[in-house]
Amino acid sequence: MVKVLYRDKAWEVKPGSTVRHVIEQAGLNPESILAVREGKLVNEATLTQDGDTIKLVAVVSGG
Amino acid sequence: MKCSKCGGLAVINMRQHRLRLCAEHFLEWFVNMTERTIQKYEMFTSDDRVLVAVSGGKDSLVLWDVLLQLGYQAEGMYIGLGIDEGIGYSDKSLEMCRRFVTHHHPSAELHTVDVQGEFGQSIPMLARTSQRGRGKPCAVCGLVKRHIMNRVALQGAAGRAGDSGFAAIATGHNLDDEVAVLMQNTLHWQTGYLARQAPVLEERDGLARKVKPFVRLYERETAAYALIRGIDYIYDECPFAKGSTTNFYKELLNQLELNSPGAKQQFYLEFLSARNAERVVFAEVERAELHPCMRCGQPTTAGDLCAFCRLWE
Repeated sequence: MVKVLYRDKAWEVKPGSTVRHVIEQAGLNPESILAVREGKLVNEATLTQDGDTIKLVAVVSGG
Repeated sequence: MKCSKCGGLAVINMRQHRLRLCAEHFLEWFVNMTERTIQKYEMFTSDDRVLVAVSGGKDSLVLWDVLLQLGYQAEGMYIGLGIDEGIGYSDKSLEMCRRFVTHHHPSAELHTVDVQGEFGQSIPMLARTSQRGRGKPCAVCGLVKRHIMNRVALQGAAGRAGDSGFAAIATGHNLDDEVAVLMQNTLHWQTGYLARQAPVLEERDGLARKVKPFVRLYERETAAYALIRGIDYIYDECPFAKGSTTNFYKELLNQLELNSPGAKQQFYLEFLSARNAERVVFAEVERAELHPCMRCGQPTTAGDLCAFCRLWE
C-alpha cells in the first residue's frame, strides 16, 4: 500500500496510480499541491509503488 | 516525465511555460527568472542595499536566498508580532528565519524588531484594545508592519551607527498574490487600487521604495524551490488569516489554471501591459498630500498623528 500524508491527516491508497491521481482522489487541485517522496519533489506523472510514503504539500502557506 | 533541458527526470511541470525541469535546471531557471524580473522593472542594482521583509514563510525566505545567491546586498528584516494562539506562531516564524541564516547563509544579516518589546503591546493585544483593530487583527498587523518596515528602510537598523538605510524594501509577493489582489480589485472595480498595483512602488514623500521580484513566478514554483533547496519554512498559515478572502481567490484562480494553463499569468501580465500601453486607462486619482506625523515623523494624510501613532492613544 501507499501511505499518503497531507497536513495532519494520513491515509492509504493502492499502489500503481500516478501522483496526480492520488491528489485528485483526495479532492485536491493538482495546481495547489506538490508531492514529495523520500524527501524529494516528484512530478505528477510519477507512479506510486508499494511501500511509498507520499507527502502532499499545499503551495499556499505561511506568511 | 523528462526535463526539457537535459532529458533527466523532471520534478516539476510548468504548463504555463510548456516547461518540465529537473531539480538542477529548475533552480537555475528560477534564479534567472528572478534576475530578469529585477532588471526588467529596474528594481535595484548590486550597488544598492536591499531590505528583505522576512516572515518565516516560504516566499520571503526563498527571495532572500535567491537575492544572496545573485550577489545582492540583501539583509533580512523580521518583525515579531507576538502571535501565539496556542501554537507559538510568531516564535516558530522567527525560529525559521534564524534557522535559514544558520543553515544557508551564516554571514547574512537578520534585523529584528519585537512589537511588544518596543511598543508595549503585541498585535493580538493591540487588536483587542484599539478602535482600528476591533475584531480585525489583520488591519492592525498590516499597519504596524508597514510602519516599522518603512522606518528601518529609511533610517537604517537600530543600534547601527552610520546606517543610512536601504534603497528598497523587497517583499516575497508572487504572481498568485498579485493576481488574487487584481481579481478582487477588478470584481469591485477599485480603480484607484488598479491604477497603483505594480511590481515597483516608487519612493515618495517619506515612503520607501517597494519592489516585488517574484511577480512573474507562481506560488507553486516558490514552494518547489523551497522544497528542493531544503529551506524550512512555516507551513501553517497565520491563525488570523484562516479563511481569508485572498486564499479563497487563490483557490478559485487555481481552478481556472487547472482547466486553462497560463490563465493566471496572462491575466496579470496582460493587465500590466495594457495599463502601461494605455489600452486601459484609469481616471487620475488625486493623491492625498502627505506630511510628517508630529510624533514619529513618518508620512501621513491625517491631521497631527499618523494612523500608527493613533493606535497607541
